[in-house]
Amino acid sequence: MLILTCPCCGVTGEETEFHQGGEAHLKRFGPGSSDDDFHTYMFAKENPKGAHFERWRHNNGCGKWFIAARDTVTLEVYGTYPAQTHEPPQHIRDAITARRPGWTWREFA
Amino acid sequence: MKHYSAFAVAREALRYHMGWERAWASPEPKKKYDVIIVGAGGHGLATAYYLGKNFGVTNVAVLEKGWLGGGNTGRNTTIIRSNYLQDPSAAIYEKSRSLYETLSQDLNYNIMFSPRGVIMLAQTEHEVRGYQRTAHANALQGVRTEFISPARVKEIVPIINLDGPRYPVLGGLWQARGGTARHDAVAWGYARACSAMGMHIIQKCEVTGIRREGGRVTGVTTNRGDIACDKLGLVVAGHSGHLADMAGFRLPIESVALQALVSEPIKPCMDCVVMANTVHGYMSQSDKGEMVIGGGTDGYNNYTQRGSFHHIEETVRALIETFPMVARLKMLRQWGGIVDVTGDRSPILSKAPVDGIFINCGWGTGGFKAIPGSGWGFAELMAKGHSPLCDEFGLDRFYQGRFIDESVAAGVAH
Amino acid sequence: MSTRLAKGGRLLDKGRALNFTFNGKRLRGHPGDTLASALLANDQMLVGRSFKYHRPRGIVASGAEEPNALVGLGEGARFEPNQRATTTELFDGLTCISQNHWPSLDYDIGAVNTAFARFLPAGFYYKTFIHPRPFWKHVYEPFIRQSAGLGKAPNPGDPDRYEHFYAFCDVLVIGGGVAGLQAALAAAEAGARVMLIEQTAHWGGRAPVDGGEVGGQPTEEWIEATVAKLRDMPNVTLRLRCMGAGVYDHGYALGYERVSDHAPEADAPRHRLWRIRAGQIVTATGAIERPLSFAGNDVPGVMLASAVRDYAVNYGVSAGDRTVVVTNNDDAYRTAITLKQLGLEVPVILDARASGGGALADEARALGIRVENGKAIAKVKGSKRVEGVAICAQAGEGAVLEELKCDAIAMSGGWSPVVHLWSHCGGKLIWDSAQAHFRPDPANPPRGAKGEGFVSAAGAANGASDLAGVLTDADAAGKAAAKAVGHKPKTTAAPKGSQSVEAPMQAVWLMPQGAGIRLRMKSWLDYQNDVKVSDVQLAAREGYESVEHAKRYTTLGMATDQGKLSNINGLAILSDALNQPIPQTGTTTFRPPYTPISLSAIAGSARGEIFQPIRKTPIHDWHEDNGAHFEPVGQWRRPYCFPKGEESHRDAVNREINQTRARLGLLDASTLGKIIVKGPDAGKFLDMLYTNMMSTLKPGKCRYGLMCNENGFLVDDGVVARIDEDTFLCHTTTGGAESIHGHMEDWLQCEWWDWKVYTANVTEQYAQIAVVGPKARETLAKLTTDDLSNEALPFMGWADITLAGMPVRVYRISFSGELSYEIAVAASLGRALWDALLEAGAEHGVTPYGTEGLHVMRAEKGFIMIGDETDGTVIPQDLNMQWAISKKKDDYLGKRAQERSHMTDPNRWKLVGLETLDGSVLPDGAYATAAGHNANGQRNTQGRVTSTYFSPTLGRGIAMGLVHDGPDRIGEVIEFPKVDGGVVKTKIVDPVFYDKDGEKQNV
Repeated sequence: MLILTCPCCGVTGEETEFHQGGEAHLKRFGPGSSDDDFHTYMFAKENPKGAHFERWRHNNGCGKWFIAARDTVTLEVYGTYPAQTHEPPQHIRDAITARRPGWTWREFA
Repeated sequence: MKHYSAFAVAREALRYHMGWERAWASPEPKKKYDVIIVGAGGHGLATAYYLGKNFGVTNVAVLEKGWLGGGNTGRNTTIIRSNYLQDPSAAIYEKSRSLYETLSQDLNYNIMFSPRGVIMLAQTEHEVRGYQRTAHANALQGVRTEFISPARVKEIVPIINLDGPRYPVLGGLWQARGGTARHDAVAWGYARACSAMGMHIIQKCEVTGIRREGGRVTGVTTNRGDIACDKLGLVVAGHSGHLADMAGFRLPIESVALQALVSEPIKPCMDCVVMANTVHGYMSQSDKGEMVIGGGTDGYNNYTQRGSFHHIEETVRALIETFPMVARLKMLRQWGGIVDVTGDRSPILSKAPVDGIFINCGWGTGGFKAIPGSGWGFAELMAKGHSPLCDEFGLDRFYQGRFIDESVAAGVAH
Repeated sequence: MSTRLAKGGRLLDKGRALNFTFNGKRLRGHPGDTLASALLANDQMLVGRSFKYHRPRGIVASGAEEPNALVGLGEGARFEPNQRATTTELFDGLTCISQNHWPSLDYDIGAVNTAFARFLPAGFYYKTFIHPRPFWKHVYEPFIRQSAGLGKAPNPGDPDRYEHFYAFCDVLVIGGGVAGLQAALAAAEAGARVMLIEQTAHWGGRAPVDGGEVGGQPTEEWIEATVAKLRDMPNVTLRLRCMGAGVYDHGYALGYERVSDHAPEADAPRHRLWRIRAGQIVTATGAIERPLSFAGNDVPGVMLASAVRDYAVNYGVSAGDRTVVVTNNDDAYRTAITLKQLGLEVPVILDARASGGGALADEARALGIRVENGKAIAKVKGSKRVEGVAICAQAGEGAVLEELKCDAIAMSGGWSPVVHLWSHCGGKLIWDSAQAHFRPDPANPPRGAKGEGFVSAAGAANGASDLAGVLTDADAAGKAAAKAVGHKPKTTAAPKGSQSVEAPMQAVWLMPQGAGIRLRMKSWLDYQNDVKVSDVQLAAREGYESVEHAKRYTTLGMATDQGKLSNINGLAILSDALNQPIPQTGTTTFRPPYTPISLSAIAGSARGEIFQPIRKTPIHDWHEDNGAHFEPVGQWRRPYCFPKGEESHRDAVNREINQTRARLGLLDASTLGKIIVKGPDAGKFLDMLYTNMMSTLKPGKCRYGLMCNENGFLVDDGVVARIDEDTFLCHTTTGGAESIHGHMEDWLQCEWWDWKVYTANVTEQYAQIAVVGPKARETLAKLTTDDLSNEALPFMGWADITLAGMPVRVYRISFSGELSYEIAVAASLGRALWDALLEAGAEHGVTPYGTEGLHVMRAEKGFIMIGDETDGTVIPQDLNMQWAISKKKDDYLGKRAQERSHMTDPNRWKLVGLETLDGSVLPDGAYATAAGHNANGQRNTQGRVTSTYFSPTLGRGIAMGLVHDGPDRIGEVIEFPKVDGGVVKTKIVDPVFYDKDGEKQNV
């Protein structure tokens, strides 16, 4: 039973208040994109054993979507941040590096 | 391989069972094999078995980072059924179910296939229509199922409550030859048979790298040294993404936790498997007497083999509504497994983007029932390059938008 | 024989008697007894039968670790199987029965298995019962199932109450023994909010039985004082009879409180499940004594030394008159001393250590007890109870040196810390070779949300062995836990406990050391599941070498006690067989719960009607009062139809449709999703969301739209109304409201976050009523002065008007093909509007209709239904809905996906109408066959039914379906096989069966 903090309303709540909605920092490929790009966008999942970036929604709370950096092996939450960004903030990356030096996730490290 | 029988047990009893040989050998890895299978779970072992049995390929190693059968093979709710809606699914699951029928005899190892029947309850009008559709599809697929009335459901499962205040039972999809089997025995039986064919099952052997040359696989790196091979089969369920990463490609796979629990054992009170998808719960009774209860998956990527308790609460509530007598039973043990879920929740049995590598994964919550059929088809795919059982389950389907979506008929559960 | 002593019994109220029955026999006990102590007091040595061989089983332990003493408790709907007698507090009127025997406990036919035990070794069933094939299902398995299982199945109708409590604390201390009390005190004194839970009805754990002093006080007094101190602290919550059942991620823990198991007459819930969120968890869960593995160690009367002592001191019960003590450590001497002091005989203490014991041994000798060092039990005499022992040298192979008569044996193989809760969430263990046990590895605790260790172990659970060590360790654990959650612990020292000088224990995994196979086949490891030393050795020999393999092959540790007594002994035997050190073998995984917890407690109060949240429309009560037959739609309950009197559902549906088409019908459409989308970019946003162009919709107008997911599949549909330049109201399906709203927010917040759009899900803020039929306008006109003429409010328009004095919004939309108005009103006015409409429509025979009438009418009109015509694999193009896919847009969600080869495949099945030649109703879900079979031998198909109904309007069956090349094959006849044989010949037709030109709805 995870605990997450919603960066939008500041509430720290039980997992049951939230809903995971898939990978974060997706780059959308629409009409006109190549088959490979579209396939990568839709299906090529990171699914790491370690730090993962994912979209969550505070659906039984303020309703906002946000991004959590979470470890899929230890379940440690490195941090949460609003979804309106193209990359994880530095302090989140640092928190991951502290535990998992040399980590990478898609183009981030 | 020493033949197993009541006579053999009696004979060994006279010498206090000191004469039994190992069920499977524990060899040192060779430098090279024709085929390496990574993952000694049910699917990996079955693949090796049918490679040998159907195609005469026996220079095979099955590598296992832990102990054989220690992944989802040994932590599922042992349900076997083939009442799937889509043709490709029905084909492979029915092949599997039919192989289970004679598996104890084939392997000379009692895997306790118990065709006690499986009912999937219809508790909404929508489910009624969905299961009627499945029954029609199954009739044309050669899968014997029927849509039955609530009265028939009650006859088969006397402990059921048909008239729950929220989701009364409106009927059910009944597969009389579905059932259960002893999960560990399936892995052990295949392992013993593989070993008898001279294959190497190498436990505590973790693959740490996949070696390639000119776009073709040449072998694997392991904690017990480099091992070369011509063909490589990756059959590692939840860890598929990790292995694919080593081989330089990505999969439409996410790994999540699926939970289950058992009650304390009681005398027999239920002689079939019941699945209630509307309320997310399913139950059967093991030969030991425990009520084996499964629920849904936790909704996030997870490699911990444990899950959140609120899912257990939801499952238990659903079961108490469906079977009021369980209210006074106790939960003995809960556990979790890591299941690999694909973009359409159907498995992948496919050539990989690297020549010589084949991938079998994505069984999600439904892998155990598929073990023999998956092994049969995947062995054919590895040996011949294609297999009617596997061809529809290729990775190309995601490029094409050709989904095999079973959630059509049932929201959850296998 | 076991009996009640004149002395002892610190927990008893001997002044009062309690009556209870065991297998119908009337027996007596005292308040304070457990069922186990009361049974022993009545010389009920034999309490059950084992799982496999149906061997006689007696009480072995005194607590949660008991494997044998399981009874069926209570009667009727309160009957509960497998209740542990050692943790069942006695109450007046308790009734229980023993388990797993036929015809009776004393004479069990199943015990014949014992005679054949040699032929039934571990895993024998994997090697046998293979032929003939049908025999497994029909002969062998039923036999095995019948003889396995333990208690009888309970009955339905559990009348008791259960509830859930939530608790939040800084420090949760699990276990109310000396360690738990001190840890709680240390944490509480630091200012932390502390919760302390104890599974039994008493504080102090085993310490009062063992004696000793704390801070100069007798232990019992210190316990009392400490509990009083804690009780007075406002930051401390104390809970007895509350077991720490499980530790989960991020500091979540389950407490299982047995509120009134001991007082069934009390007006209280039976069980209470505590969902605890703790900053830090201290497991002060003590240790469990291990049995010794010698031949006949399962005969009733062979008990743990600590249990024998507990029964004597706590309950004034002797296990026997002559008790032989056998041990590999000093602690068991306390049992001998206690028994001797109570006036009972201890013929001998067999100490397996060649060098013998320390100060306690001297004390025993001083009391005149014979002590034999380096000696062991070769064999226990007796079958249903202990009659004597054969003594041998521990170092030998079991040559009998002497035989002694005795009626009880107290054994001790050392102590294992209870590490379950530490381990549930990933805490690691280390092997302590001095104590021969696994204990928590402080360097590898379970880790929480911030990566911090959130569990620590204290006292015996952490491997501390004497009172002094326990108190010091617990004090440190309590302080550290408080500090970890931001409190400042006091600097006071831990209270001083008395130290005992004990000689080192010596690991003894098999007794005697060189026991031959005949003895090993009689040396039990797992009493309940009948696993013996020889079984584990067999598993190892056969290659089941991993501890998990050996466990699963032999069933060691898989019984209801989950191996609390057997696991360490078993894996020591396994390690020995594999010739590897114990830590290399490792343990099996510890899983919650610590001991079994009731499923009812897990469910809590969410039972029956409210087992899931229930959603009701504002008009729900009317439906209920007027005989609606409901169907569940998600968590909503919607009327399926409103049967009158004896009318069948089918007849009711037909009547509702006929009446609506002829005159006037009413539908409660409140469950439809309603989402407001507002902002300067709202139109642009909806253009992405829907396949249609929504930005061009004029205020005051409605448009039907389709929504696909990014995978191209059709997921929802509904009517969009433009309220003003900036505002749209999107209707979704009933099931789609929440998910579509989430989907909108996902795209707005995670992709197009610079677009100026707000959304709000107002589904429950409005009631919505469809007024349908030729008399609809006439009826509404009676209730309003606003103009509802076709000119003022044409089809696909909307208007805000006053109706029956209420402000409402009227949408002129139709899902039935009739003249139809959907009227939205504030939820609080929903019922009033419904009543007003019923009254106004009375002259036209207004007829409320349900979901089935709705479905039939839309099918007659050829409208698709999400979930029927779509199933997650269907795209709008399949439904010939190209008209709803804007060609002017560069992009919408799903557009790219729909460019993929399978989605543009001309062979995709397409929507058509279907008419059976004989007018019958096509079966739901039927498939149309095509010639031949596919590569897997499955029959080829060319289409399927998506919706099928009897149309009362047309007086025949109508259907829709997806058919290969369907729209180009109008008029062709195809065949749908029925599951029970025969085929239905069916003509492909246009899907619109009724009013193709829309003359009815556009009036």
